[in-house]
Amino acid sequence: MLVQLNQTAAGRTGLRLAKVREGCTPHWLTPQRGGALLLPLLLSGSAVIAAPAMGLELYLDLLSQPSRAVYIFAKKNGIPFELRNVELLKGQHLSKEFFPVNSLQRVPTLKDGDFVLSESVAILIYLSFKYQTADHWYPSDLQARVRIHEYLGWHADRIRGTFGVSLWTQVLAPLIGAQVPEEKVKRNRTNIDKALQHLEDKFLGHKAFLTSQQVTLADLMALEELMQVVAVGYPLFEGRPRLAAWRERVEAFLGTDLCQEAHGPIFHIVEQAANKTLPQPSPDFYPNMLLRISMIP
Amino acid sequence: MGMELYLDLLSASCRAVYIFVKKNNIPFDFQFVDLLQGHHHSKEYMEINPLKKLPSLKDGNFILSESVAILLYLCRKYSAPSHWYPPDLHMRARVDEFMAWQHTAIQLPMSKILWIKLLIPMITGEEVPAGKTKEILDEVNKNMQLFEEKFLQDKMFITGDNISLADVVALVEMMQPMAGNHNVFHNSPKLAEWRTRVELTIGSGLFLEAHERLKKLTEWDCSTLDPTVKERVSKLLQKFK
Repeated sequence: MLVQLNQTAAGRTGLRLAKVREGCTPHWLTPQRGGALLLPLLLSGSAVIAAPAMGLELYLDLLSQPSRAVYIFAKKNGIPFELRNVELLKGQHLSKEFFPVNSLQRVPTLKDGDFVLSESVAILIYLSFKYQTADHWYPSDLQARVRIHEYLGWHADRIRGTFGVSLWTQVLAPLIGAQVPEEKVKRNRTNIDKALQHLEDKFLGHKAFLTSQQVTLADLMALEELMQVVAVGYPLFEGRPRLAAWRERVEAFLGTDLCQEAHGPIFHIVEQAANKTLPQPSPDFYPNMLLRISMIP
Repeated sequence: MGMELYLDLLSASCRAVYIFVKKNNIPFDFQFVDLLQGHHHSKEYMEINPLKKLPSLKDGNFILSESVAILLYLCRKYSAPSHWYPPDLHMRARVDEFMAWQHTAIQLPMSKILWIKLLIPMITGEEVPAGKTKEILDEVNKNMQLFEEKFLQDKMFITGDNISLADVVALVEMMQPMAGNHNVFHNSPKLAEWRTRVELTIGSGLFLEAHERLKKLTEWDCSTLDPTVKERVSKLLQKFK
């Protein structure tokens, strides 16, 4: 079961243990998907893949919570970037065009020259270093800094995945004529409530913000997840005055204009769905959406 | 009292921390919190971590949970060699990227395999339906492929020529299904090589020691399991049906 080798055995098998060459050129393997989802470049000029790469590019969809966190962070800190809109509802993240940008086919994605990075947390930390943002976002003090990672670890388990479900049950599944079983909707509600309780009691407590007395990356990540649920009409701040006050403080810090700009698309989505003005996903994209729906716990 | 680490090496997250501290000769007191006995739910442990999760670190009055946070704390506090969490902006970002991605892509599915292949049958006497099992195995295979193509590529380790926190975290999680007799490396010679490379860099002795308890999990007598826990596991099985 477990491999037992010593150094000489490794030598015999020819395993490389020591450095054998100077660096490697990362390569992208040929796309495995995308044939069926050959989507044209975006209309109205904002192409998924820009022509010459220059400066920082952020591939985002403001319908996505982590995309919003990155967007807000970049804007708030005056970080210059080219916005590359990747429309998730149209399945553009799965397109052949986007695959060379990020083979994980996810947003947000950062492209800085030849350097490509996914995962909002990694992107936020990278931006905070590269653009020397104010210390409070990601403090240099060790204990303060690891508290953010502590929150984000719990967030990855209990918030991510859970808070995005409501959009699927309320808007996206109905959009393609699918339905999420009532049992799963109930379970999701319970998970949301439990998570909010922990958020309020174990993280926020009586502090101004989640991990300290100042806004950090943690607050940004949390806020955008909560907004996803608020956007589909769940009054999660009702009966939670401390959390409501925290939300006010974060939004006051970020600025009303920036919040309205970033939250616009997600807050309009329910209205658009009701008015039937929401872009209808291509039928090619349905299997992918149905798979995502089936994965709801 | 020195730094305390609250651990059960059945947990992949705990193994990552354990391997790191031992490899870097960081002094600590091993506080065993027996997951199989439900000690993580005890009043005593909840005072350390009200979220009842492992691992936890206690350094004087400073208490910290979440393995990634703990690893970063230890790295810096004990000035571990820089390759563990490289100062280079791009290389560090790769570690951060992997650490974020692995939560849902690696840790969760690997843990599911262990439940499906060993723990649920052992505790409830029932098997998880084949269809659901296949779904989860397919997901794992897909993510192992992504790991190879996107994170490892043709490099020795995730960040390049040297081992980092990312490799340790990746490997301990990929070992979890072994206790269910499922080897996620058998499809890819490149991944099997990487796995051996990481193990040897850590040191086979330490690696084996860290995985001893996981290896023995099949021998666990779960008949003494608390009926409420058994009930919860049965409910878990229902979710897979």
